[in-house]
Amino acid sequence: MHPDLTERILQHLDAVDKVDTLELATQFNVDHQKVVGALKSIQAHGDLVNAETATQKTLGLTDEGQSVVENGSHEAIVYGLVPAEGIPQAALMAAGGANAKVGFSKAMSQGWILLDKSVNPPLIRRKVDHIVDNVKEQLLLVVSGRAQLSARDVTDYKKRKLLQETTTKSFVLSKGPEFSTTLTKLETDLTMDMLTSGLWQQLKFKAYNFDALGATPTRGHLHPLLKVRTEFRQIFLEMGFSEMPTNNYVESSFWNFDALFQPQQHPARDAHDTFFINHPAQSHKFPQEYLQRVKAVHSKGGYGSLGYGYDWKLSEAQKNLLRTHTTAVSARMLFKLANQEGGFKPAKYFSIDKVFRNETLDATHLAEFHQVEGVIADVGLTLGDLIGTLYEFFRKLGITQLEFKPAYNPYTEPSMEIFCYHPGLAKWIEVGNSGVFRPEMLLPMGLPENVNVIAWGLSLERPTMIKYGINNIRDLVGPKVDLKMVEEGPICRLDHV
Amino acid sequence: MPTIGVKRDLLFEALGKKYTDDEFQDLCFAFGLELDEVTTEKQMLTKEQGDVAAAADASEEIIYRIDIPANRYDLLCLEGLVTGLRVFQGKVKPPKFDFVEPAQRQVLKIAPSTAQIRPFAVAAVLRNVTFTQDSYNSFIDLQDKLHQNICRKRTLVAIGTHDLDTIQGPFSYEALAPDQIKFVPLNQTRELNGIELMDFYATHAQLKQYLPIIRDSPVYPVIYDANRVVLSLPPIINGDHSKISLKTKNVFIECTATDLTKAKVVLDTIVCLFSEHCAQKFTVEPCDVVQTDGTSISYPELAVREERVSVKRANAYIGINEPANKLADMLTRMYLEAEVDAKDGDTLKVKIPPTRHDVIHACDIYEDIAIAFGYNNIKKSLPAFMQIAKQFPLNKLTEQLREQVAQAGFTEALTFTLCSRDDIGLKLNKDIEAMPAVHIGNPKTLEFQVVRTTLLPGLLKTLVANRKMPLPLKLFEISDVVLAAANSEVGARNERRLCAVNCNKSAGFEVVHGLLDRVMQLLSVPWKTGNANQGYYLQAAEDPTYFPGRCAHVMFNNAVIGKIGVLHPSVLQAFELTTPCSAVEFTIEPFV
Repeated sequence: MHPDLTERILQHLDAVDKVDTLELATQFNVDHQKVVGALKSIQAHGDLVNAETATQKTLGLTDEGQSVVENGSHEAIVYGLVPAEGIPQAALMAAGGANAKVGFSKAMSQGWILLDKSVNPPLIRRKVDHIVDNVKEQLLLVVSGRAQLSARDVTDYKKRKLLQETTTKSFVLSKGPEFSTTLTKLETDLTMDMLTSGLWQQLKFKAYNFDALGATPTRGHLHPLLKVRTEFRQIFLEMGFSEMPTNNYVESSFWNFDALFQPQQHPARDAHDTFFINHPAQSHKFPQEYLQRVKAVHSKGGYGSLGYGYDWKLSEAQKNLLRTHTTAVSARMLFKLANQEGGFKPAKYFSIDKVFRNETLDATHLAEFHQVEGVIADVGLTLGDLIGTLYEFFRKLGITQLEFKPAYNPYTEPSMEIFCYHPGLAKWIEVGNSGVFRPEMLLPMGLPENVNVIAWGLSLERPTMIKYGINNIRDLVGPKVDLKMVEEGPICRLDHV
Repeated sequence: MPTIGVKRDLLFEALGKKYTDDEFQDLCFAFGLELDEVTTEKQMLTKEQGDVAAAADASEEIIYRIDIPANRYDLLCLEGLVTGLRVFQGKVKPPKFDFVEPAQRQVLKIAPSTAQIRPFAVAAVLRNVTFTQDSYNSFIDLQDKLHQNICRKRTLVAIGTHDLDTIQGPFSYEALAPDQIKFVPLNQTRELNGIELMDFYATHAQLKQYLPIIRDSPVYPVIYDANRVVLSLPPIINGDHSKISLKTKNVFIECTATDLTKAKVVLDTIVCLFSEHCAQKFTVEPCDVVQTDGTSISYPELAVREERVSVKRANAYIGINEPANKLADMLTRMYLEAEVDAKDGDTLKVKIPPTRHDVIHACDIYEDIAIAFGYNNIKKSLPAFMQIAKQFPLNKLTEQLREQVAQAGFTEALTFTLCSRDDIGLKLNKDIEAMPAVHIGNPKTLEFQVVRTTLLPGLLKTLVANRKMPLPLKLFEISDVVLAAANSEVGARNERRLCAVNCNKSAGFEVVHGLLDRVMQLLSVPWKTGNANQGYYLQAAEDPTYFPGRCAHVMFNNAVIGKIGVLHPSVLQAFELTTPCSAVEFTIEPFV
């Protein structure tokens, strides 16, 4: 960039208040683009000048037009080639070259020449003795910039490809709020050097664009579903529930089903629903006395129950599987609670961990998902206690309207499906299951007869998908998750509606 | 949960009232049912089979599809559903079922040979039945629903129903070699023997699923009449000879089973629900079933059991306070006729009818009281005791570390616990057989063959799926792997691991190493120098997953807790990654 050019522009503007860049280019005798470049450079230093865009249309000669200016119009050339005695048309065309045809027809229509058919061959003769080449004259005026052509002429010459119109973009400059005749370099940022030297006091700083976005912070991110898991953990802890150790995905059928009074022919124990393990295929370490009591209550009943009246097989109970619910862990905890030193004490437990189902997969079902579970054991708990607890729990999730529907579950009686009203979807949706554990499950464990255990469970994925409007579970869990979604996800505030 | 389809207009006619869909849905909800779908036969055909041609002729009568709880077999057909709802609404009393003794009972004799394959049988007769097309369809549908649910796809119980007037008792239940059994199966014209029958039905859409129950047995169960006419070959198919039709008046019902309790329940359920269509409503003709020891047992049992429940306990269980007579009324509405014991005002005498085999304990009665009272009318309360809550220490540490690793610039992934053998074996240049992996016996797809033994494959798959993201990509996961461990209770144990990968234009070992250093710093574990006993350090190692010379054991207090290194190019290729990666994976359990 020509360093002087910027200052020359500023000085010129100081005198005239308003000037077009095209005019400056002519005046300084420099290319217009250079003037524009200098302008940009001025603008980079701040609001020294106001620049409004302007467009100018100028007429110029085409190459053909240029030749007309130099040699005369095609029709004048043709006229000049016609001698006083006349000339045959073919000879005239040969002499006139490429533009002879155009020139001939124009000269004819101007009435400069005529075709004399009285002789054979017919001859072209002059019709007038003297002509004025208007086309050339007018084009000359265009060149000198003094042309006052009628619109019709302009259209005509453009059609004849003698003239062309060019659009030039330029800027009309005027003084800006920070106008100065010299350029000061604007600083972009405050630096350590400026502070040390004290120079910051003299320097001019570039204005900030507050409409632009800030720089992205370098950071890591937590997974959205696990942020929800953290929130659920927090809710349970706030409600005084202790966390169960659920870090055992492989479970025996005994703890997963039999201990829960789920009969051995129950469909959930089908290979269609449950992942069975073939290595290590079986479990062998069971609390023997308890196992016998479980066997008895299934096959013969007891504790006030008829039982299921079937041939209970140890081999079925030994089969290892991937736990289908965390209730298997709840069963272990309740067994411990019944048999701990000092005997039973009331307890509140929760867990949030993975469970596995060998189900048909679709947009909302995966073979593994997180189960959220709450369990309370105490003397004389009621169904009302369960309902009251569920209201408190769901209130913390931002859900205040609940309804309970009778349901069937092999290990809870009464059993209730939990429905909540979703204001966004404007409908009731099922959000979980709950119930009072059956005496046939609790009493063989050795829990006192007056102890009731209430429990509920829901999936972690479903409320998360509803909360964030995710339709396909694979967009939330697994390797296909879009990391951009992970990066842009908000913090989890379930009660913040 | 079974779903039944009933014609809406028939249902409303039987209920004696027309409902809007919403009104009926509310009634279902209160009773514990769910109106799943309002449809027509035409819509079902179009939707389920895409069979527009067949659908064109189908009926446009409105059908309600209703979800029935898995233990309420008595609601699996229109007849039972209507009775259940009308009793619930207090419009009728629960019906009483009576036996009508015939001049001579039908006899079914069980041969000892059946012990090898399907040892139990029960039977009953319904007299003077009037079938309409709708009740006939309902009768067939009920058997199908029972077969699918309580009968466990006919493995536990198989039902055969026959036109008694086409056959001649006494009947004989035997087990014979397949080639000795010859009969014309239902709706066929050609006689087949047991072996031919297996071939014939091998491709049958509905029946093929039942063939394996007996196919490989040396003997097949079969029921003959006095003239050696085959009634049925349970659990596959009945004979054509005795098939019931709209004209059938007298129905012989037999159930063969591997579970006697279930057979009795199924028989009770069928006769209770369909004795409604007998000339003498709710009556059943008993049959004698001669056991292999020569004794004779009368079926169906139709036993009405009496349970005595405490009013106080029932109220306390639910958290309500209703007088005894109100509770008795509620139970009666739930099909359990109850009355207050005249001698003891706190005791209810509850009659459990043969339709309610699901009631096996007082808690089932409490539930019915709660349903009749209305779950949503129960007063909310909270357990009174307080507890100081404890976090599971491993989870607490996990939560703290997740937060810190994310703060160190890594993004958390959540990957699948189940994967293919190749994911943890071949693709990592490892031999699956040499690994302590837990193998799944019944995977439906390759994705569910094993439980992961390392978190690495999940992270690499996440990287591949996010190739469009700008580099570097730094991912982590803190989650469980599962390792076979003979000394543990179930033969396997979980291990909580931290795994992180750095994926960039160069492998950047120092990035994951830096993360390890940071995590150790957070755990107050020093870098072990010289002869110090405590601390962590890296010990050069060779592992085929990693680039030669660029792999080390992560050592903590002189024990290996994990690995760190630059991934081997063949591993990258196996996961279709084109950018170098370095990774670290170690257990966090020693730090709890």
